[in-house]
Amino acid sequence: MSIILYSIATLGILGVIYGLGLAFASKKFHVDIDPKIEQINEILPGVNCGACGYPGCSAYAEAIVKHNAEINLCAPGGDDVIADIAKILGIEAISADKKIAVIHCQSGGLNNTFFRYEYHGICTCKAAVLVSSGPNLCNYGCVFQNDCIAACQFDAIHLDENGMRIIDKEKCTGCGACVIACPRNLIELVSIKKRVHILCTSHDKGVVSRKVCGNKTACIACTLCVKKCPVEAIEMQNNLAVIIYDKCINCGQCADVCPTSAIFDPLKEVRAKKKAEAKAKAETVKKQLEKQKTTETLEDTN
Amino acid sequence: MELLAKIFAMAIAAIFVQNFVLMRFLGLCPYIGVSKKIDSALGMGMAVIFVMTMASTFTWLIQTYLLVPLKIEFLQTIAFILTIASLVQLVEMIIQKTAPALYKALGVFLPLITTNCAVLGVAILNINEEYTFIFAILNGLFAGLGFTLVLILMAGIRERLERAELPRTMRGMPIAMIVAGCMALAFLGFSGLKF
Repeated sequence: MSIILYSIATLGILGVIYGLGLAFASKKFHVDIDPKIEQINEILPGVNCGACGYPGCSAYAEAIVKHNAEINLCAPGGDDVIADIAKILGIEAISADKKIAVIHCQSGGLNNTFFRYEYHGICTCKAAVLVSSGPNLCNYGCVFQNDCIAACQFDAIHLDENGMRIIDKEKCTGCGACVIACPRNLIELVSIKKRVHILCTSHDKGVVSRKVCGNKTACIACTLCVKKCPVEAIEMQNNLAVIIYDKCINCGQCADVCPTSAIFDPLKEVRAKKKAEAKAKAETVKKQLEKQKTTETLEDTN
Repeated sequence: MELLAKIFAMAIAAIFVQNFVLMRFLGLCPYIGVSKKIDSALGMGMAVIFVMTMASTFTWLIQTYLLVPLKIEFLQTIAFILTIASLVQLVEMIIQKTAPALYKALGVFLPLITTNCAVLGVAILNINEEYTFIFAILNGLFAGLGFTLVLILMAGIRERLERAELPRTMRGMPIAMIVAGCMALAFLGFSGLKF
């Protein structure tokens, strides 16, 4: 009988002592967590990509609440997340200028690259560029070991039939992981509203870059685009034309004059169509006018 | 001098010859689970050292001054687990307060120290070996050191394995298991040591 009593008493007393000790400790080591941090953390995409400049989604949530960080820094989240965060904080939502990645090189496929040697090393771009300036002849171009594809958490970079890297505009969140991954700095985050891009990063002289580019779409530094641009949005930087995106108005005139098609204008066909339509419309109007005129003269004669 | 020699022999025994993870096969869950990064392995090791030392102290006191005089030694396991669980809670609170990053890195494995059989193992072993108070504490400390050593070695190897070129089927857990086996074999070499 006494054993039962002793057992109950011993464990009971031990439990009470430990309980009190822990209660005291929890008071002493209490960590205040703002419920807003938890709420914002739940809204954030949770991919910890680091596009906001903080070491992870929870760190960003903390920075928003505690240090008044901007709420439009989350690239993968987009406008929805910004609106939700604004709702929690009770402030007005600022819309983010969505940025997506642009690869400034049109070479890098199996069929459109000139090789210096055949590369059979570690399958990363970072390793490939170290072996006598990379396996392809162009010292600035893509070395096609696909570090960018491996870095993309959103499955937004794909290979097309030629083995070229294509960025999926819908899936790209502008997190910038590929920008960091590319050892040749070919990738840049550009606002989705800017559509015309110079897809070359070669600083070689025109003769050289024309010779080494497997796709024959190198910038040869002819400066035609610089002269043509109506808003002076293109600059020559060390044998390479560079668009200053803040000034660019998507007119596409540079793409029209570029002799090597290094400038990519996805709106070219749309523009051509619009132009044709406008022309057709003008002609019909002209015809109608002429018709009217003839009828008027006929009436006059009558 | 004899005492020092005894302590040294005990340290060698607890850290190498009778290593808790690789020779007694206790505490394998955090050994595989938290050995992906050296940082978190180190943090986990420190937490385990602290918990093991404290657990050795308290369980020895409870056993000697509570359970034995009252003749209720059969409550040993339950009383020890109660003690260990409370200690782990305490450690968790301290780490959450002082090192939030470490707290996040350890994740679920921190509360799991509660059920880490290495901690209960060292507590019960102290009683079975009839160590004195000081030696029980030291045994707990050395056992924790042994655990940490193995955990960090494993984490170092696995960090390198991340970058190694492996067949796809061997990546991640399979190669970790093979490495664990190789390490156990290597530690078997210590088993001949005797003082």
